[in-house]
Amino acid sequence: MTRIIIEPRPGWRMVDWHALWRYRELLGLLVWRDVQIRYKQTVLGALWAVLQPLLTMLVFTLFFGRLGGMSRNVTGDYPLFVFAALLPWQLFSTAVGQAGQSLVAGGNLISKVYFPRLIIPISSVGSAIVDFAVSLIVMLGLMAYCGVSISPHFLTLPLFLAGTILAAIGVGTLLAALVIEYRDFRYVMTFLLQIWMFASPVAYPLSIVPAEYRLLYSLNPMVGMISGFRSALLGEPFAWGCIGVSWLVTLGCLGLGLLYFRRLERRFADIV
Amino acid sequence: MTQPAIRVNNLGKRYQIGSRENGYTTFREALVGLLSNPFRRFRELSGSPSEQNAFWALKDVSFDVQPGDVVGIIGRNGAGKSTLLKILSQITEPTEGRVEINGRVASLLEVGTGFHPELTGRENIYLNGAILGMRRAEIRKKFDEIVAFSEVEKFLDTPVKRYSSGMHMRLAFAVAAHLDPEILIIDEVLAVGDATFQKKCLGRIGEVAQGGRTVLFVSHSMQAVTRLCNRGILMSQGTVAASGEIEEIVRAYMSAGEHGPAFRTWLPANAPGGSVARLNSVRVRDESGETIQSADIRRPVGVELEYDVLTGGQRLVPNIHVSNGDGVSLFTVLGWRENSQPRPAGRYRSTAWIPANSLAEGTLTVGVSLSTLDPVAVHFHAPDAVAFEVIDSLDGDSARGPYAGPFPGVVRPVLEWDNESVSQASPIRQRVAA
Repeated sequence: MTRIIIEPRPGWRMVDWHALWRYRELLGLLVWRDVQIRYKQTVLGALWAVLQPLLTMLVFTLFFGRLGGMSRNVTGDYPLFVFAALLPWQLFSTAVGQAGQSLVAGGNLISKVYFPRLIIPISSVGSAIVDFAVSLIVMLGLMAYCGVSISPHFLTLPLFLAGTILAAIGVGTLLAALVIEYRDFRYVMTFLLQIWMFASPVAYPLSIVPAEYRLLYSLNPMVGMISGFRSALLGEPFAWGCIGVSWLVTLGCLGLGLLYFRRLERRFADIV
Repeated sequence: MTQPAIRVNNLGKRYQIGSRENGYTTFREALVGLLSNPFRRFRELSGSPSEQNAFWALKDVSFDVQPGDVVGIIGRNGAGKSTLLKILSQITEPTEGRVEINGRVASLLEVGTGFHPELTGRENIYLNGAILGMRRAEIRKKFDEIVAFSEVEKFLDTPVKRYSSGMHMRLAFAVAAHLDPEILIIDEVLAVGDATFQKKCLGRIGEVAQGGRTVLFVSHSMQAVTRLCNRGILMSQGTVAASGEIEEIVRAYMSAGEHGPAFRTWLPANAPGGSVARLNSVRVRDESGETIQSADIRRPVGVELEYDVLTGGQRLVPNIHVSNGDGVSLFTVLGWRENSQPRPAGRYRSTAWIPANSLAEGTLTVGVSLSTLDPVAVHFHAPDAVAFEVIDSLDGDSARGPYAGPFPGVVRPVLEWDNESVSQASPIRQRVAA
């Protein structure tokens, strides 16, 4: 017989993996719902998932590559170079943005039904992954078009994809909890993501950062993930030092995000 | 002795009021608070919030629910019923105490939680089912049943934003109605929708209850509670005021007297009134003079006004305006007499008697006023001054007789019937008081 004990549990709490697993179907359905709704009322529908990264790539190529002269620092095609970085970056920023807003948007769920609250921000990350998958196919098409073949480095892609997802979950859950507690963080979040992009090697290569600062620079978890994506897709050499530091910071972010979320979780229904 | 389905021990829930009153703080407030009073903030973080800002929504609540019991939780607004349900549903955490629930539990604080207007009926069934804790396989198995119950087969692939509100409610309740827990916790989800729909929901909950499952049911409707439940818990100001057999608990609630909505009193400063008269208090009473929250449908109900006449010498007419829970005005009564005399200044008490067997079951609100008719002037008017409940205990001697099903109508008189035979060779005429 199932037995539920309800009592106050003050302080920090571990993530209840068992409960998360039990509600995995709900997680899947919420991801599916987000994807459905996002494109249901749009004229172009799912085509947006293709257009968005393509247009961003064009803008970047024009302004940073041509006018900014950044393409001189890049071996190979600048559009491909940018697109390879936009893949993880857009996954990260969409996921973090959606996850951050998710609790406020899902306030009704929080105050009326019980399920592990982590499902809400994590499902936002999930729907960003669906968009990512579409963009990845576009990238492969672009590579074929430009005559860039897939190197064995491609096999390492899951490592960086996983890193990006975990970083997004960490930062996303942290922000979600902060936004519900202090609504200021809604504005902080938009601003933060903008700055974060410029602090990540999206429009420029890792190599323009002086070598002695690169490890420090890699404290930004997206630095290692983005450079890893470029290496995996375009066959460039790996910057393992940066990747290692970024992965450690990612795990740190994830732990902090999940634990902080769990600590604040008990208050969500009271303050949402 | 069997293990209780739910055991609640010294449960308490404290809310901080003050800075958190509006639901959230801004980061700036938190920063300012931290800088201006670091020790207060420190105390809060270390778990001992200042007691003067604390409000205990629940305190020292203990009770057991045995398997198979259908328990009605009653009490007026703010008594802690909803907080209790939220804790039992694991939506919010208690501040102290402990709850033990033995068995698979489902709670229904709202129907249609998570419904999305852009999704079709079919899609929403799966989504809502999952939100309520059903497995996908389980939903698939019950899908046809859910659709049949909801009566929206034809619109299954239409986005629910195109549904009428009735269809929306039916679909939402249909999903909820097919939850299959051992313990069911239900809030007043029935307070929505039209009367037919409410009856259908009540019927379904009755079925669940008769299936030997444990049900915890929060309601304001004494009528629904008496019909469905065998045990009751009366909450008052965050504590359990009484628990026991449902009839006993409903009776306790009915005589809860001066604290309920059936009694209202005003301070002279903010009382309705003017230079001629001022309302002092209004209450709903029975024949013995007790203030009653709930009235037996078979007994007369008195609405008593107490007021001060400040300027004497007028022929004053008190009146009452009775409406039902749907806001439908049922009747207005003027206390006018051909031979009434001008009254000198002083305190007066006027009671209007609503005859037995005239009102239907449900919540009634009563507005009162005092006027003069020549010329017409209103000296005080208190709309919705008091509210009370009319209950039909189903003992067989009310207008219902032995019939317990849906009984429409805003009033429920007992009428004289003439029954005569018209087709027999020698008609007999008899008069029956029904």
